[in-house]
Amino acid sequence: MKEQNKAAPLLEVQGLKKWFLVQKGLFGRPNRYVKAVNGVDFTVGAGETLGVVGESGCGKSTMGRSVMRLIEPTEGKIRFDGEDFSALTPQELRKRRSDMQIIFQDPFASLDPRMTVGDIIAEPMDIQRLHANRSEREDHVIELCRLVGLDPDYLKRYAHEFSGGQRQRIGIARSLALSPKLIVCDEPVSALDVSIQAQVINLMEEIQQKRGVAYIFISHDLSVVKYISDKVAVMYLGRIVEIAPKHSLYDHATHPYTQALLSAIPIADPDSKRRRIRLEGDIPSPMNLPSGCCFHTRCPYATPECAENEPELKLIGKDHYCACLHAKSYSSADQAEKI
Amino acid sequence: MEKLIEVKGLKTYFYTEDGVVKAVDDVSFSIEKGKTLGIVGESGSGKSITSLSIMRLVQSPPGKIVGGEVLFHGKDLLKLPISEMRQVRGNDIAMIFQEPMTSLNPVFTIGRQIAEAVILHQKTDKKTAWEKAVQMLSLVGIPNPEKRVKEYPHQLSGGMRQRVMIAMALSCSPELLICDEPTTALDVTIQAQILDLINALKQETGAAIIMITHALGVIAEVADDVIVMYCGKIVEHAEVHALFKNPLHPYTEGLLQSIPKLNQSDDVKLQSIPGMVPKMTQMPEGCPFHPRCKYAKEICTKRQPENLEVDGHIVRCLKYDPECSELWKEGAR
Repeated sequence: MKEQNKAAPLLEVQGLKKWFLVQKGLFGRPNRYVKAVNGVDFTVGAGETLGVVGESGCGKSTMGRSVMRLIEPTEGKIRFDGEDFSALTPQELRKRRSDMQIIFQDPFASLDPRMTVGDIIAEPMDIQRLHANRSEREDHVIELCRLVGLDPDYLKRYAHEFSGGQRQRIGIARSLALSPKLIVCDEPVSALDVSIQAQVINLMEEIQQKRGVAYIFISHDLSVVKYISDKVAVMYLGRIVEIAPKHSLYDHATHPYTQALLSAIPIADPDSKRRRIRLEGDIPSPMNLPSGCCFHTRCPYATPECAENEPELKLIGKDHYCACLHAKSYSSADQAEKI
Repeated sequence: MEKLIEVKGLKTYFYTEDGVVKAVDDVSFSIEKGKTLGIVGESGSGKSITSLSIMRLVQSPPGKIVGGEVLFHGKDLLKLPISEMRQVRGNDIAMIFQEPMTSLNPVFTIGRQIAEAVILHQKTDKKTAWEKAVQMLSLVGIPNPEKRVKEYPHQLSGGMRQRVMIAMALSCSPELLICDEPTTALDVTIQAQILDLINALKQETGAAIIMITHALGVIAEVADDVIVMYCGKIVEHAEVHALFKNPLHPYTEGLLQSIPKLNQSDDVKLQSIPGMVPKMTQMPEGCPFHPRCKYAKEICTKRQPENLEVDGHIVRCLKYDPECSELWKEGAR
């Protein structure tokens, strides 16, 4: 769909880890951590959309925030726009923030109730001292409003006067205020009604085409992610278990977890008859990760060696990586040889 | 088939400071034994209030059921004295709520909470009720029920808690089970487990189900009949296959087009419904959907559409009204 800049991707993440300390080890006992993100590698090209899917607690939001250094990652390298993002000092980081913005899930909690909409949208400009005078600032805010489909007459109002969909538009306008190169979208449409969801998704696509911004689109909804993404990563317990261009992923889902996720989505067609892969049980606690492959406790195809060896992401098709010991590579000729 | 429950012209209004909110306005439907009725609609469409009205759980004031009948086995629930209504709730009609986190009492074990309903309705002693609780937990697929029954809600995951809610709702073998967004707070793989469970239990116990949700995918998987609600009114009522194949009301059509589908090619752009749901205190004149409807004509701003029967659907849209349907014929589409 879009040209992928092979030479230097916009964002390159290597071995990203975020462990939260929950209990200090007493008398030399080891510290206990929640391993929210546990070794994640991926790249995002300029103007590209990487979709990140997974169930709650899989670390997708923590991943999005650690990439931006909103929470400081425990380990790992982040290269952004040809620069080592993980090594920036706080002062440098503040300046570079203009290139990387975020849209939050809850449009009711992420906007300051005591600020007018105009001020909310302009706040990033004020922080970065983008405009020398007020009229320039005003023009910029109005331009952003038009871009996201908000009536500029509403700029003096407060966030509580708006509906969920409009608030999300305000959030999008704010994230665009500094013309970022990358926006991390953390479940931007999950809190919205279906009809409004489609409006916001279409708006985000439109903005990408106009502004060439790259997205990391975090969602639990596989259908939405398929619609908007170029590349999709599936996360489970803090790791990426499969990452591929979207068509490869949806047509040749190889990891048993991806297959189960895909088969679990209810399809809005009463005639569709599918074999559903039932996963038993719940996600294990990230404080107490299973040995070997983190999915082996729920995997219908697990063998004894899955409990011992940790699978690495390996190449199984064009740009298609899967972390499963039993994954076999396929070529587009011989249809996905599933395990 | 015998009608288990029949709702006729149900009206539930809320008297607020900003005016009267007609949360449920003239809603009628019926369900046969062993069938599942799906109710879809966006937030504020009145789908939850409909179910709460059936149970007579609408908070009053500000809410009030101002009209209609809810016939359960031919008996009007709205006219029952409260003491008799208590016998119906949880015993004949049970309900599962959206939030499994908040609908369980955190200070009692789940066994005690399930047993409470059994002791109350089935007049059994504590020991049999406790045994029943264990049996219900194993029925809903909770591993190790003898141990789990002594645990507190915080010790269980979201999916497990929803199973406990289902176990509690089914413990008195109700004839009607109302599920209000039972899987919205859950992950897809857990949602699939719960939907399979509800379907399996329906087959086993022969209970009728009202499934309230905003997810059309869930409706397609479980429902036999579907009601689409908008602004407190039923805009379309049809058999599930007919509704998904041939949606008649412009709102239903818009809803179906605005969800991304997995088997769709990339070039298909999502069709969104413009605008948003009007404020319930400032309802537009005429058809409530006309400001967002792509087929809307002048007449829609003036005249309220009535329920019409078209191709086996019941639909509330002037486009199908024989008195003014010519307006749409002259190549206007």
